[in-house]
Amino acid sequence: MGQSDQGFSDLFKGHGLARALPAAFPQPRAPVRYSLKGMANPQDKKAAAASGFVYLPLIAGWLVPGAGHFLLRKWGRGALLALSVLGMFSIGIAMQGKLYAGAHDILEMLGLAGDLGNGLLYVVSRAAGWGADQITVTTGDYGTRFLVVAGLLNVIAAVDAHNLRTGRKT
Amino acid sequence: MLHPSHFTAVLLFALFASIVFGITQRDTPRRMVRYGLYCFVLFVGAAIVLSWLMFLIAR
Repeated sequence: MGQSDQGFSDLFKGHGLARALPAAFPQPRAPVRYSLKGMANPQDKKAAAASGFVYLPLIAGWLVPGAGHFLLRKWGRGALLALSVLGMFSIGIAMQGKLYAGAHDILEMLGLAGDLGNGLLYVVSRAAGWGADQITVTTGDYGTRFLVVAGLLNVIAAVDAHNLRTGRKT
Repeated sequence: MLHPSHFTAVLLFALFASIVFGITQRDTPRRMVRYGLYCFVLFVGAAIVLSWLMFLIAR
């Protein structure tokens, strides 16, 4: 019986329990030892995640929806994000939504900022002449909002990829 | 050219926005699904409630 066991038994001296305790609570024969060598810890993981060019997933995710998560091998999340942003953008174009081109007033400026969040989708769409110059149908107004929100959601997704890269999120 | 009804547009908007919110705002898959469903219900529910309010105000 070790020194610590002896001390434990001393607590029950005079109560008639000291002799019964070892049988009732068998003590380990050897102390259990732990080693943290080679085991991952949050600080090491965070340091490893922060090395290299940490903005690559952010930029890739902005240019191509879902690409930031694909770079980090988050295939499922990336596919769902790409599907959502591409779906919303495609529906916006199909509804004859307007792609903002200039920044003549504050509302157009905000719309342009939202549209630019789509990255290469915006560039390709402008080059191909997709979308409407002027809103002529009721659904065109909804389509314009779909295009802007698709860009904003894409920015959120790209920032999420950046957070995954830096280790801020798991 | 696509001409969805107002409610279909709401459903599509809520679906895509909820998927992105769920994935980006929570850590585990289970919590992502729960939060995505929560956002979807709030989007659609808010649209229905506000629509009824505007309908009653306009009468």
